[in-house]
Amino acid sequence: MKKTIFALAATTAMLVAGSAFAQDKTKACFIYVGPIGDFGWSYQHHQGALEMQEALGGEEKVEIAYLESVPEGADAERAIERFARSGCGIIFTTSFGYMDATNKVAAKFPDVKFEHATGFKREHANVSTYNSKFHEGRYVQGVIAAKMSTAGVAGYIASFPIPEVVMGINAFVLGAQSVNPEFKVKVVWANTWFDPGKEADAAKVLIDQGVDIITQHTDSTAPMQVAAERGIKAFGQASDMIKFGPETQLTSIIDDWGHYYTERVKAVMDGTWEQVDVWEGMAEEHVVMAPYTNMPDDVKAAAEEIEAKIKSGEFNPFTGPIMKQDGTEWLKDGEVAEDGVLLGLNFYVAGVDDQLPQ
Amino acid sequence: MRLELVKRPQQSALFSALSPFIAFGLMVVAGGVIFLILGKDPVNGLYAYFIEPLTEVWSLHELAIKAAPLILIAVGLSVCFLSSNWNIGAEGQFTIGAIAGSAIPLYFPQFQNGAVLPMMLICGAIGGAAWAAIPAILKARFNTNEILTSLMLVYVAQLILDWLVRGPWRDPAAMSFPQAPAFHSWAIVPELMPMSGRANWGIVLAIVAAVAVWFMLSRTLKGFEVKVIGQSPRAGRFGGFSTARTIVFAFLVSGALAGLAGIVEVSGAIGRLQPQISPGYGFAAIIVAFLGRLNPLGIVAAGFVLALSYLGGEAAQIGIGVTDKTVRAFQGMLLFFVLACDTLIHYRVRLVRPAPAAPPAAAPVTETAHGHG
Repeated sequence: MKKTIFALAATTAMLVAGSAFAQDKTKACFIYVGPIGDFGWSYQHHQGALEMQEALGGEEKVEIAYLESVPEGADAERAIERFARSGCGIIFTTSFGYMDATNKVAAKFPDVKFEHATGFKREHANVSTYNSKFHEGRYVQGVIAAKMSTAGVAGYIASFPIPEVVMGINAFVLGAQSVNPEFKVKVVWANTWFDPGKEADAAKVLIDQGVDIITQHTDSTAPMQVAAERGIKAFGQASDMIKFGPETQLTSIIDDWGHYYTERVKAVMDGTWEQVDVWEGMAEEHVVMAPYTNMPDDVKAAAEEIEAKIKSGEFNPFTGPIMKQDGTEWLKDGEVAEDGVLLGLNFYVAGVDDQLPQ
Repeated sequence: MRLELVKRPQQSALFSALSPFIAFGLMVVAGGVIFLILGKDPVNGLYAYFIEPLTEVWSLHELAIKAAPLILIAVGLSVCFLSSNWNIGAEGQFTIGAIAGSAIPLYFPQFQNGAVLPMMLICGAIGGAAWAAIPAILKARFNTNEILTSLMLVYVAQLILDWLVRGPWRDPAAMSFPQAPAFHSWAIVPELMPMSGRANWGIVLAIVAAVAVWFMLSRTLKGFEVKVIGQSPRAGRFGGFSTARTIVFAFLVSGALAGLAGIVEVSGAIGRLQPQISPGYGFAAIIVAFLGRLNPLGIVAAGFVLALSYLGGEAAQIGIGVTDKTVRAFQGMLLFFVLACDTLIHYRVRLVRPAPAAPPAAAPVTETAHGHG
């Protein structure tokens, strides 16, 4: 017992010393679900972190620390707590599976700020949540797909049946149907966020089934590379994947976390950080389209037009009339879906050639 | 010219006991070299890796959390491996144990009293044992290869878990996200010393299990039977032991302990059933079992060493900026050195020069090395 008390005292002393030392420098810490070299989700978060550091005055002002490939089980809590104890002023946990762990650790460290990506739980005043409206980009992709496809069918490599992914599939279909009402989408569930082997297999299966456009909601560049080999077109995911398919990529949805990270870390530095729940899209440039490539000028013009409309707020991809897959009406003519419904979305719209895993 | 392994007539007892330490020492040296090649200070690197996690109380709690499932699973695996049953599917038995145990609070949420947790633990153990019984019976009845069947059942178990948390067991309040509702307070394995960290009674359970299995293996007829069958099934048959019965027994013990580890992990460390509940404990425990020389008491120590390698890996990532891949590399090196040391204790390396006229040499290794997966 004595030893424990001694150790506790020593720990506290170290923590106090640590925070005193770190006062002129803010430490921002990041937990990634995949490797930063995935060229997708985690890579893009890390790019955002680096952009933030650059924008706020470089290494002298902001120190960055990160842990990659942190499993979404009991390990997450330890990883987050380690950061909280090592002088981090703000900790970004960048995957849905860190939700409980983030809130648990936040309860123990009220002076540290926590930012959880894609979740919905803010149990303590020092926890914010943030996410982006990726589906806005999906709608633009759908428009392009329908104009480019001769088969009238696109292949969609999906990760897990969570609302965000379902939302993406629906937005893609709606975009495509705005051009060609008969357009269909085939979906393969890879059940992974990052597994180049599985993702490549999924792409091959879809191409063998006759799709001539591939889009993905998984994080590796493998589907792009398969599409390039087979000579069809594809959309990148999370980052600009043009290097992996110079003749293949039509565009890509780029997750641009840099602005958000800069804004939030700056708020910590200024002492103005407050809890928020952020869900921004193209208008705020949290979602950015990579250059439109490998397509005729008229398709490019159509894509740019719809992108501009979404960006200006003139058009919302989830505007009625929209029918559900089962044939019932979801949104009446002109009706716009509420954010709350979208964030819990668990059904397909008409035109998806798949059964949603329930 | 080629290398041959020749079985030593007698094995050094001293080196058998020292082997894990030698292996650990070799890993430290090799790790230091890797840090050097990466351009990092090896002393800092090794300090971050092996010492830093031991310097803080909360981190010791985390060590216990990490070691508990590894020890529980590896203790069970030792029974399997000693009887030459290569159960590679502990990860699946862990998963099914977690599911079976979780069924109680999920199906009977109103049932809240002191009986819930013991029932969950029992169901977890039964679930794991039942899952392990499949490869066991297939092997005992049809002589199927248990390495393949047990391994493939891992993926089946994970898909069942996935289906449950996305479908029937999904928390209605979770906005369509895949996770089961959080356990109520009676269904959670209590923390040992809540004041200083979150370690729970799982580690105590693991050590009790290790002592019990150690007693069984070294002091009872059943333990003798397990070891005899493992070393020589024929001799075992002469002794009146049934190979089939031993296969089933070893798998049931192993599966039950893996299942117990599964329910302790979700109920103690995570707090709910979710798609991902294990970072590969069932596979890492294979390293633990061999590092502990298939001796349950050695496994307790080995479990802490491997747990340390996870914690240290994080400390090294943050402290000196190496990637998470170094953790895997370190663990791989550890297993490699343990097996290499074992091989050299049992075998001598001989250099054979080709002799053109001589008839082909006798089969170099007449008996497969003991303890090799």
